[in-house]
Amino acid sequence: MTGLEFVFVLIAALTLFSAVMVVTTPNMVRAALWLILALFGVAGTFVLLNAAFLAVVQVVVYIGAIAVLMIFAIMLTRKVMKDSGPQTNSTWGLAALIAAALFGGLTFALTRSPAATLMAPDFSTVSDPVAELGRALVSPQAYVIPFEVASVLLLAAMIGAIYVAWKK
Amino acid sequence: MPLSWYLIFAAALFSIGLYGVLSRRNAVAILMGIELMLNAVNINLVAFWRYSDLASIAGQAFAVVVFAVAAAEVAVGLALVIAVYRRRETVAADEINLMKW
Amino acid sequence: MGDPFALISQWFTNLLLGWGLSESAATVIRLLVGAVILATISMLTVVVLIWVERKLAGRLQDRPGPNRAGKFGLLQPIADMIKIFTKEIVTPAQADKTIFHLAPVVFIASVLLMWVVIPFTATVMGANLNVAVLYVVAVGAFGVVAVLMAGWSSNNKFALLGAFRAVAQMVSYEVPMVLALMVPVLLARSMGLTDIVNAQSVWFIVAAPIAAVIFLITSMAEVGRAPFDLLEAESEIVAGYHTEYSGMEFGMFYVAEFLHVWTIGALLGTLFLGGWRGPGAETYPLLGILYFYIKTFIGYFIVTWIRLSLPRIRIDQMLAFNWKFLTPLILVVLIFTAILDKVLEVYAVSGWGHALSMLALNVVIGWATVQALKKVEKSRQRRRPEFPPRPVAVAPKSE
Repeated sequence: MTGLEFVFVLIAALTLFSAVMVVTTPNMVRAALWLILALFGVAGTFVLLNAAFLAVVQVVVYIGAIAVLMIFAIMLTRKVMKDSGPQTNSTWGLAALIAAALFGGLTFALTRSPAATLMAPDFSTVSDPVAELGRALVSPQAYVIPFEVASVLLLAAMIGAIYVAWKK
Repeated sequence: MPLSWYLIFAAALFSIGLYGVLSRRNAVAILMGIELMLNAVNINLVAFWRYSDLASIAGQAFAVVVFAVAAAEVAVGLALVIAVYRRRETVAADEINLMKW
Repeated sequence: MGDPFALISQWFTNLLLGWGLSESAATVIRLLVGAVILATISMLTVVVLIWVERKLAGRLQDRPGPNRAGKFGLLQPIADMIKIFTKEIVTPAQADKTIFHLAPVVFIASVLLMWVVIPFTATVMGANLNVAVLYVVAVGAFGVVAVLMAGWSSNNKFALLGAFRAVAQMVSYEVPMVLALMVPVLLARSMGLTDIVNAQSVWFIVAAPIAAVIFLITSMAEVGRAPFDLLEAESEIVAGYHTEYSGMEFGMFYVAEFLHVWTIGALLGTLFLGGWRGPGAETYPLLGILYFYIKTFIGYFIVTWIRLSLPRIRIDQMLAFNWKFLTPLILVVLIFTAILDKVLEVYAVSGWGHALSMLALNVVIGWATVQALKKVEKSRQRRRPEFPPRPVAVAPKSE
């Protein structure tokens, strides 16, 4: 096992453990903090994949905005500090079965696929991927339409969220 | 490190997120499960970019769009949760059943 | 004279290789040692900063400041440290203990991690990231999370209120701060701090003075120092999110705040004042470090000066100032800077010509802003009904 593989296994184990804690911890604020750790692990995976820009954006958007919003929502939607009652619904056993079946099926299919043994091409020959991504997002030959549609979606979501949460 | 490592890792993350969505009662917890699933998708997109043609930036561009969609989804979702809480004083998804049947 | 830091690094690597370690192990150890040195220097700076700040506060308020312990009171921070290390760390009975004790660590880490990307000279830096500016913003997000952790786990309503205030302030001031950071990125055509320093043959403060001022204001709000310290307004919410912290755990919040202000100075120096650049800095790297520290201190001094001079603002003023003034202004500056930069690129203007045209643009925008503010103020006065001044006390009329 090379050093890089060791780091990957470490990050993957941390992320998956945090993810399991997110869906099983009864205390909601703690679950949100575990979510932050899981999202941070995903950012680490992006670093391993040589996507430094996406890793940093992951931290800014998910940890800096989404996770903080969630903690706010958790704290605003309760009367007391402690969570009471069961946090899982009656069909959680079935849910676990479905999730396990999905994971089993996916792993089975993935290990059979010819792409599974693909190795990463050499990265050092590539020009700056950040500049490449920036150009791709605004060039008409590439992704300017999806990019603009995404920004319109964000604007619409912002207006909608303000309207829905407005105290009348 | 073969591509399958990343793909299996993403599959596990997606399954855990799916379990969270299906089993939790709190609406915010369901949103957290959805976030985990979206992150698993992003890992796949970036891994496919890294392991195939590096010159085409499609994987990263899609990941950026997924970020935007996730942010929009959380903003609207949490606004709905807060609006429901104001009216019904609960965020448990199985108690918000006025529109059922 | 060669680069002494490169020589030391070379010697250290050779030493490790001489012990029979592999190339990659030697690299890992070298980086670890570098990280420890970087963190230690940053923390030791705080010890000096506490003395400087108290001395400055004394001078600005017409009193001597600490002057008993040692010459000029230089031993005062040592005495403070001994005091705070020996104090008991109290944990509230109903606190969420793990999160309670983790919060100060995350908080101080969020500030220390910023130093990874700051270049001291052309070669001395933690890592030459190509997304360094965005990285600084990202690491700051951990500070927000730490504040929420501290406020929630204390199980104290004042701590929770303080955390809510702090997060509202930090998240909203992040918007104009990121936009202000985009201006030097745009001028340098890179997000790497080394590239930004290299692009400053003319300091960016000449080309982007409005962005520099807005960056300074927003980062002060990000730290939560006066006049933006309403997240720990003692007359309203005791001490904000760190109400329940005592001993060295409070000390960690305190140290992180001082270090954050110093970091703002470093970022201001790097992004707008040319970083380590100065006469002779290319040939003598030690001189570069000296220039870097002088520029950092300029930013630090301005923040401290403002802190000691202005009263605390109200929460509605804080939000209105951000959303109705800073954000629109920096958006206008960013858009016009981008347009003018493209025009100048077409006409191949660079160097001082480029910087002075940018300065002219900033002057025009600043003048327009002042005119607009005057108009707003006038219409506000017109809306306000005129009351004759009411005397507080009237002297009795004599017979």
